[in-house]
Amino acid sequence: MYPSRFRYEAPHTVAEAIRLLAAGGDNAKVLAGGQSLVPLMKLRFAAPELVVDINNLPGLSYHRADPDGTLRIGALCRHADLERSALLAGTQPTMAAAAPLIADPIVRNRGTLVGSLCHADPQGDWASVVLSLGGSVVAEGPDGRRSIPMTDFVTGPFQNLLAPDEIAVEAVIPAAQGERRGGYLKLERRVGDFATVGVAVSLETAGEVVRRAGIALTGVGASTIAASAAAAALTGHSLTAESIAAAASAAAEAARPRTDHRGSAEYKRHMVATFVERILTRCSAEPAERAA
Amino acid sequence: MSQAVDEIKIGGLGASRKRVEDSRFIRGKGNYTDDIVLPGMLHMEILRSPLAHARIKSIDASKAWDIPGVHLVLTGEMMATRNLAWMPTLSYDTQAVLATDKVRFQGQEVACVIADDPYIAKDACEAIVVDYEPLPVIVNPAQAVADGAPVIRDDKDNQPDNVIYDWEVGDRDGTDRAFASADLVSKLELHYPRSHPSPIECCGSIADFNRATSKLTVYMTTQAPHIIRAAVAMVAELPEHMIRIISPDIGGGFGNKVPVYPGYVCSILASILLERPVKWIEDKSGNLISTGFARDVYLKGEMALRRDGKILAVRMHTDADHGAFFSDAQPSKFKIGLMHSAFAAYDVPVAHLTARGTYSNKAPGGVAYRCSFRVTEAMFFQERMVQAAAADLGMDQAEFRRMNFVPDDAFPHRTPFGFLTDSGQYAKCLEVGLKAIDYDNFRQQQAQARERGRLLGLGISTMTEPLGAGNSREYDILGIKMFDSAELKVHMTGKAIVRTGARGQGQGHETTWAQIVAHELGIPADDIVVEEGDTDTAPFGMGTYASRSTPVAGAAVAMVARKIRAKARKLAAHLLEVSEEDVEWELGRFYVRSAPDRGVTIQECAIAAYANMPDGMEPGLDATAYYDPPNLTWPFAVYIVTVEVDPDTGVWDVLNMVAVDDCGIRINPMIVEGQIMGGLTEAYAMSNMQFITFDADGNCVGSNYMDYLLPTAWETPGFELHSEVVTPCPHHPIGAKGIGECAAVGGPAAFVNAVMDAISATGVRNVDMPLLPDRVWEAITYRRDVSGAPPVRSDD
Amino acid sequence: MQRRAGGKGGLIMTIVYSDREDEAAAQVPMRRIKFTVNGEKKIAEVEPRLLLAHLIRQGLRLTGTHTGCDTTNCGACTVLVDGQAVKSCTMLAVQVDGHEIQTVEGLASASELHPLQEGFREEHGLQCGFCTPGMMLAAKALLDRNPDPTEEEVRWALSGNLCRCTGYQNIVKSVLWAAAKLRAQAPAD
Repeated sequence: MYPSRFRYEAPHTVAEAIRLLAAGGDNAKVLAGGQSLVPLMKLRFAAPELVVDINNLPGLSYHRADPDGTLRIGALCRHADLERSALLAGTQPTMAAAAPLIADPIVRNRGTLVGSLCHADPQGDWASVVLSLGGSVVAEGPDGRRSIPMTDFVTGPFQNLLAPDEIAVEAVIPAAQGERRGGYLKLERRVGDFATVGVAVSLETAGEVVRRAGIALTGVGASTIAASAAAAALTGHSLTAESIAAAASAAAEAARPRTDHRGSAEYKRHMVATFVERILTRCSAEPAERAA
Repeated sequence: MSQAVDEIKIGGLGASRKRVEDSRFIRGKGNYTDDIVLPGMLHMEILRSPLAHARIKSIDASKAWDIPGVHLVLTGEMMATRNLAWMPTLSYDTQAVLATDKVRFQGQEVACVIADDPYIAKDACEAIVVDYEPLPVIVNPAQAVADGAPVIRDDKDNQPDNVIYDWEVGDRDGTDRAFASADLVSKLELHYPRSHPSPIECCGSIADFNRATSKLTVYMTTQAPHIIRAAVAMVAELPEHMIRIISPDIGGGFGNKVPVYPGYVCSILASILLERPVKWIEDKSGNLISTGFARDVYLKGEMALRRDGKILAVRMHTDADHGAFFSDAQPSKFKIGLMHSAFAAYDVPVAHLTARGTYSNKAPGGVAYRCSFRVTEAMFFQERMVQAAAADLGMDQAEFRRMNFVPDDAFPHRTPFGFLTDSGQYAKCLEVGLKAIDYDNFRQQQAQARERGRLLGLGISTMTEPLGAGNSREYDILGIKMFDSAELKVHMTGKAIVRTGARGQGQGHETTWAQIVAHELGIPADDIVVEEGDTDTAPFGMGTYASRSTPVAGAAVAMVARKIRAKARKLAAHLLEVSEEDVEWELGRFYVRSAPDRGVTIQECAIAAYANMPDGMEPGLDATAYYDPPNLTWPFAVYIVTVEVDPDTGVWDVLNMVAVDDCGIRINPMIVEGQIMGGLTEAYAMSNMQFITFDADGNCVGSNYMDYLLPTAWETPGFELHSEVVTPCPHHPIGAKGIGECAAVGGPAAFVNAVMDAISATGVRNVDMPLLPDRVWEAITYRRDVSGAPPVRSDD
Repeated sequence: MQRRAGGKGGLIMTIVYSDREDEAAAQVPMRRIKFTVNGEKKIAEVEPRLLLAHLIRQGLRLTGTHTGCDTTNCGACTVLVDGQAVKSCTMLAVQVDGHEIQTVEGLASASELHPLQEGFREEHGLQCGFCTPGMMLAAKALLDRNPDPTEEEVRWALSGNLCRCTGYQNIVKSVLWAAAKLRAQAPAD
């Protein structure tokens, strides 16, 4: 309940933040929403020597679409902004489905999507969602900006590819090739519970043909898992009972769950298949039915 | 001319009076232990063991002492020099205050730091180096009694193994004979998982020892301040009159705040040593990992049945896992609480219960979590066995219960284990419940749904709970008889103050005790203040737990008001200038029998007690009453739940829940309903998500709110409450029975029975609570029973 | 001109450490922050690791904000920061520099309870009272955004706050009671 002692800086520019991080070395932490970092510090599972609070950096709380449909989410965009976003509700079914399932309503007022990606918790929901959408993270460091695909960004449980002097300033979801369909299902026992199993499915369709598919899994491995074979089973044709079943079974195969107090490995694998099937079945329904 | 007052208008019995205590809580002006700040106060933090069973090779606290702001580091060794390393428990065992020889559960208290502020105290705890030698770990009774099991309590003489007790009650031979003649024997085995009361406010204390006066004042989160005073006198060897325990507002108790915990003792010793106030506020992980757990009992149950459905006999064996120290808070006569209250509502001719208790490397406690000493387990076992028996007989669940209930005209009824139940209308409650849930219609819907592959289920649970211990002949804690008390002082203007030996934690005593006085004396409830929780001012009482406040302290309030009324009658006779025999009472007023218009109000009597008493009468109008109940009170309830189970995921949702509670006379119906809804929610929680388990190494799974799941407003179902059935308690002064815990006691079986009913086609007899989705899915998929007993399953 | 006591200074927190003539005490990094609590401007010197909940409880002595858990689950410490409900155990005190805090103590005016406070009393929305301030502030954030919520919306909005006593049914009723009263009080369009 009482964090260890640390130095605290709250810079007003990204450049200043980067300078502070560079000087702070390996034991510096960026504080954005703080809804994962501060609890870890209270439990003393995390004890940074320097905390760089980026909440005073201007112009990072946006989420907006470029003219071509690319979605950009700033480092200080809160979960609650996404939950209430008309833009997401109209254009991003997977994200719109996931946003209300992040933590609880009060935590969502502070926590950020980009922060959640950086935290790289294998039970974090946003990482799967962004992975399924083929998204990336924009990092800014002393040498400028670089874009890191989500497939590379998470390097292990609670580990990411950022250099010590880099800040993740934005998440990017590329424009869809066609109509977006998709969803996010999460098995949680109560609001605020971590996912026993979470499944993100994102499709881009032209007519009934799936042009691009992404399926990613939460909570069933040491990191977020991209179920690439499952996605491949869907690409290039329309959704059928057979392709849905094939994707569900390939996704279950990709899962690496462990038996614990949240359920047996077998059950979790089964739930992956069930959720993939449920989301895809809904995706294959007529638009009016999907909206219902 | 005075008139009788309208009881509801003055906030008497039956008035849904708004709560008095709310006015401070809604303003954020409650006064909880952590809100209290004393001059010069220091802060204490506890270092806990990371291991479940290990020998302590050394403790090096030198780095902790070096941190600026640290005043004291306490270790077991230092406690031992003051004979305080161990303390007695409420069940005649001993418990380590700070570990000396070894640690026996994960989270056990190893050292304490007292510092200027809690941040520094925590820093210093981290700086203490403890060298442990790990030992083999026991996490369930089977391991505890296995050949070659390590002896956990090697500190005790005459404790060669891990068995705490073997105990029995009932008629063994008679039960054996009845089983021999049975048409059918129904069997059921299950585990009631370890749970934790988990009030949102954790435990804490501020010990303030004043060297100048030799007085120790302790502000603390306790449901039983007077028992604590006695315990502190015993443990700290201080004279009782020099100890003042103040229990300020309590942020929920549910049994968690009955025992004496090491943190309290350490804060007291630290204050004595430092001569400064020392505050200890536990964090949530400390609360969940180390303080009074509940349940953790295994049942082997058997029921002897006649073909037509009559229960002939019941046989039960329970194995209870008490953790590392036997510190159950319970009446001393019984080893497994009131487990033998099982089947009190059913007409069972003969029964026999054997119980064994064992040690394990888990936290101690065994507290009465929203129940009267293991009654929750008793009723759960009973109702799960009843469901299994009806199913084995191929009988309707409702009909089987109806046929075996104790009939209305059979009271007082001697139960097969020897209790005497007082009153009830069991069949009527069941009928009200069945009608409310539309039983026959639901059964049709269920059949139709099943044809379409949907799994609907209906679960019934009934309970009768022995509430309001004592009587003093049979009930005591550490030898102190379980009576309770009330003191009433009526001031000269007719306003009054009531103090009792109980200590509410949200039950609304400040509101309801005044209503009892209003009922007895006609003084408006708003003219009466209620005060509890200060041992220097409150009369001696046993505190609030086991739903005993209304049955015992509430009865004492009525009795003390009657004492006041008796004296007021003499004053009235004096004022009316008639003899006492000619004075009649109606609410709020005495009058002359032959001239009803001639009367005096209770307020006029009050002023006379100070200003115009008859010659020879002792002035004043106050009294104290100690109430020793003649029997327990026996409320009854029927809970019915309907659910739908998703066969693909094992997730189940509550469709409807109906509660029919007969708790006798309701003092404040609004508050009673609040108690019932709270209990139903805990019942839902226990059946659905809330439990503490352990892995094979004794690591506690459920030591914070990320793993110990309490339902939110989103998951918690709505409840439909029924109060049509009222059977006044025949021996309670105002006919009330206990109610605070009934729904938590009887509720869990309703949820579990409903899910088991939904999946009955699988032939599965039992899935252990909580009915997690994976367990239900496994039962459906593999058509097998699912155990939830620790150690938790893993791939390793 | 009359000087009003405390008119400009506001509250300054002081922490006194034992001076052992070592460097540790000198290394304590303190920061000065300015913020508003329940409409009053304040200044405080705080160590960065001080949690907002502790600034409110120990520094400002506003003890209506409670702490119930270590893991950002229970919501007993919920306050409003710039009108948004946050768990004050999961923000650093230094982070409110330049911001406005509202706690339960700021709900009622001197003479009048807030309708939420009335609603909780009228509908028996509390028992032990420990979760109540957090519940009321979470509810206030909801009603500020959505003056006419459904029961489901209330349950959703309060799902970051735990209550062990009431079973929530009466809490939901309390919030709906307050919403109705607030709507009735609102000036007509």
